[in-house]
Amino acid sequence: MSLLQTENLNKHFGGLHVTADVNFTLTPGEVHCLIGPNGAGKSTFFRLLLGEHKPSSGRILFDGEDITHLKPFQRIRKGMSVKFQVPGIFKALTAAHNLEIALQDHTAPGALQEEIDRLLAFLRLEDSRGMEAGNLSHGQKQWLEIGMAIALKPRLLLLDEPTAGMSPDETFATGEIVRALQADGVTVLAVEHDMAFVRQVADQVTVLHFGRIFAQGSIDAIVADERVAAIYLGEVHA
Amino acid sequence: MTTPRRTSTGSFRRLLGRLEGPQTMGRGKGFWAGFVVVLIAACGYPLTTDGYTVGNTVYFFNWVFMALGLSLIWGYGGALSFGQTAFFGLAGYAYGILTINFGDAYGFTILATLIAVAVAAAFSAMLGYFLFFGRISGVFLGIVTLSVTLVFERFMAQTAGPEWKVGAARLNGFNGMSGMPPLTIPWPGGDLVLYPDIQLYYITLALLVIVYLGLRILVNSRFGNVLVAIRENPERAEMLGYDVRKYQLGAFVIGAALAGLSGVLYTTWGQYITPSSMGITAAALPIIWVAVGGRSDLTATVIGTLVVLAVFQALTIYGSQYALVVMGAFLVVTVLIAPEGVIMLIARRIGRLLGRGGKA
Repeated sequence: MSLLQTENLNKHFGGLHVTADVNFTLTPGEVHCLIGPNGAGKSTFFRLLLGEHKPSSGRILFDGEDITHLKPFQRIRKGMSVKFQVPGIFKALTAAHNLEIALQDHTAPGALQEEIDRLLAFLRLEDSRGMEAGNLSHGQKQWLEIGMAIALKPRLLLLDEPTAGMSPDETFATGEIVRALQADGVTVLAVEHDMAFVRQVADQVTVLHFGRIFAQGSIDAIVADERVAAIYLGEVHA
Repeated sequence: MTTPRRTSTGSFRRLLGRLEGPQTMGRGKGFWAGFVVVLIAACGYPLTTDGYTVGNTVYFFNWVFMALGLSLIWGYGGALSFGQTAFFGLAGYAYGILTINFGDAYGFTILATLIAVAVAAAFSAMLGYFLFFGRISGVFLGIVTLSVTLVFERFMAQTAGPEWKVGAARLNGFNGMSGMPPLTIPWPGGDLVLYPDIQLYYITLALLVIVYLGLRILVNSRFGNVLVAIRENPERAEMLGYDVRKYQLGAFVIGAALAGLSGVLYTTWGQYITPSSMGITAAALPIIWVAVGGRSDLTATVIGTLVVLAVFQALTIYGSQYALVVMGAFLVVTVLIAPEGVIMLIARRIGRLLGRGGKA
């Protein structure tokens, strides 16, 4: 059974058909990367899954349940969680306080500090515990937000360009974090441009192009697909 | 015999723990020792001065509840509301209508206070529902709440005719409603009638301490955490699974109830309430009190409000007709030099001098 499924999902913005008949399936336990050139409709698809956009037609099923009309916070409570492209953290609050806000409904009050410490260590942020989140480095902000997302103990983690603006070392470390989460049973869907990261983590890759699923398969199959290479060079049209 | 003592020490520690947290300035023995000293000084204050000055201090205290409510809504929740004065006036008029009709016997003024505060809270719940569930935020929230306040003022100002009455209570247009009884507490040997003097001072001070400590517990609780998260980044807060609208509405209603309490206390203090208490000047002043002190901290709000009120009154009394202009200048200078608030700035400086941050 799939964890997440979309059925004939469509989104129009006026005359623009941004998501076109997308039938997408996510298997429990996999790390699935969504790639595609700029304007392929990745972000719109992502926001449809989160409930930030309403689909023009089609359905979204999470663990077999129709969540098409649920609000974002209701989807989160079902077991989804998200990390945005631009770090969505609470800048004026400390790193530990950021995690506390994420954890408070998912951890027993007595175990809260212990769980904050565990997450800070997992995210390599032990030394930044009391630092205002706005003063963390870009990579640390990204990790902190991943920490807030996994604090909810989600079944599905959605990552929107988790390595954007990161150094190669930070990108690799992020890949390690994603791998560790997968080992804990979390299913991950990541929109990503960085092919080194995709190669590091992805079990499956889906290529979007002009809002449609253009290709799907393992990273090796996708890299070997000349049509995929061509769309990145702008030679293939819808 | 040691067990009960240990238990009571434990529960005291737990209570102290709930009063402290990242959302409030001041923690540890030093702060609470200072708090007790200030409280003792406040309790001893009426013995050092005359009845008029004590009554005038009560007048200052009356406004602090509304300021604390605004701190919760705006400073902690990030929603700038000009509606506090609407709830202030609504509760003041509600108290007047109730007590003019039903009198002050059998402690009815206490019940009328509770009903008037509940009326303000209920109205704010209705208004807030449309605002927050309609996803109105930012400057538009300010515009809508200011409009509601001004509509109240205009409406009450045109109720001069004899047809505008509720039972025995004439609304009385621009001149306002007067003649309602002060707070009256049933007491063996004769009711305690709380005119602006020492007894009312202690009652208001006690209320202020209770509300201050209660709000400290609230903002350092799970609810306060979410409220601050919404102020910092509402989208992220929602993506942590919180229904942002409910928390905003909750803060709005609690803040409105506190404004209502201010309205009732003001009405009983002077035994009058006028539409100008809901005018544009009245609506702007709480913003200044809270912003100048430091809107995102309860202690800074209390100190800031009392200081600004005292300065404002001094300016008004000692011949300056420019008091409001000075208040406006206060706000502008604060926004430019200490956007977090002057008291917050001073507290942070002191905290740094002592080798630790004001807030951690």
